[in-house]
Amino acid sequence: MSYVADVAVLARKDLKVELRARDTLPAMLLFVLSTLVVFRFALSKETGDDAAYGLLWIAIVFTALLGLSRAWVPEHEHGVLDGLLLAPCDRSAIWLGKSLATLAFLLAAQAVALPIFALFFAPLDATALAGVLLADIGICAVGSLVAAMAAAGRARELLLPLLLLPLTIPLVVGGVGAAISPEEGRFLLLLALYDGIFAVLSWASFEFVVTE
Amino acid sequence: MSLLAPVRSLPGLAALTTLLMGVALMLALIVAPEDADQGVSQRIFYIHVPIALTAYFCFALGAWKALLLLARGDERYDLESYVAIHQGTIFGSLTLLTGSIWAKASWGIWWTWSSNQLVLFLVLFLFYCAYFMLRFSLEDGPQRGRTCAVYALFGVALIPVSFLAIRMAQDFIHPTVFTRHGPQMSGSMFTAFCFCWAAVTLLAYLLYRVELAGKRVDANLRELREALQ
Repeated sequence: MSYVADVAVLARKDLKVELRARDTLPAMLLFVLSTLVVFRFALSKETGDDAAYGLLWIAIVFTALLGLSRAWVPEHEHGVLDGLLLAPCDRSAIWLGKSLATLAFLLAAQAVALPIFALFFAPLDATALAGVLLADIGICAVGSLVAAMAAAGRARELLLPLLLLPLTIPLVVGGVGAAISPEEGRFLLLLALYDGIFAVLSWASFEFVVTE
Repeated sequence: MSLLAPVRSLPGLAALTTLLMGVALMLALIVAPEDADQGVSQRIFYIHVPIALTAYFCFALGAWKALLLLARGDERYDLESYVAIHQGTIFGSLTLLTGSIWAKASWGIWWTWSSNQLVLFLVLFLFYCAYFMLRFSLEDGPQRGRTCAVYALFGVALIPVSFLAIRMAQDFIHPTVFTRHGPQMSGSMFTAFCFCWAAVTLLAYLLYRVELAGKRVDANLRELREALQ
């Protein structure tokens, strides 16, 4: 089997597990919606749209964290990871499949949350949406690797936000910049640069994290 | 006897560090001329900037050792990488501290989000604190070494990307001493700065060696104890 086919099979496995168990996606949806409602009350009436965009990014990052903290749980609970490691495929395909599945969950949650945000808080234009998409790719690429690290530790749910949040700061800068800055092109470029660097790093280093 | 071999040079190194530190402090506090603009508070520059550069150097060293661990699989690099990052975190927190003191003296505020270097250091500091959380949460063994090495390498990739991001997010008001036209200081100020930099780097190296020696003795002792039981 080719590499692409391996990745497709692994991603489809995660989507199928989610379709049957419905563990992650409903939780992410409910979380992002309740976060937006809480933010509605946290903002005073005088705050402008800029503050709303900032809060949208907090909601996105935390929703991704919620999804990622569940990402490797099935693998560890039923010894699936050992099976995957024994499978005759490149190890990085496991990471890529997991990243794509997490990206699909995040996009699905945002497909509901972003229209609601645009309706109740502030409008989102095409560049802001491009920023969201690019940042999603970055969060899922780095997050899948870091979540695999955290899942091997004793305090996995506690560890993941600590490990991932410092790494998401450039993404938040890029995403907020794409939404509010007049020179949004530079911020999209920053996001693309981040995605490129960290996707290659994660792709190359995943094998070291899971091999016993 | 071979256990003690790496420790023998440490007292000499410590004496040399103390001597160089004394000379550097004398140059920085007495010989170098007072800054016309900022007065005496500018002298913290001779401590603050070398410490910051040393912290970056320690992080880079930690990442380099991490890369060697992943490339060669030799487990001694794990401890070396960890100790370098530990020193980097210590010097990093000193950088935040001295930077805040300097900010209070020259700008009148303890902290400013518009100083790129301060914010970048804070991001790095948070990142490497998480490194320790990761390290202490994993079971001891080769997999822990490799996982920590990967995370340490991510930190080095994060430095330029965060710097770019933070610079884009804010305006630039940090005093720029080094520009593309060379250092903006007089000859004796530059000499004092170079001495301070050398002294702090040597201090970091000494601390690195001492901690590494201690950690190795610990590991050897544990092995011996297990062998005896």
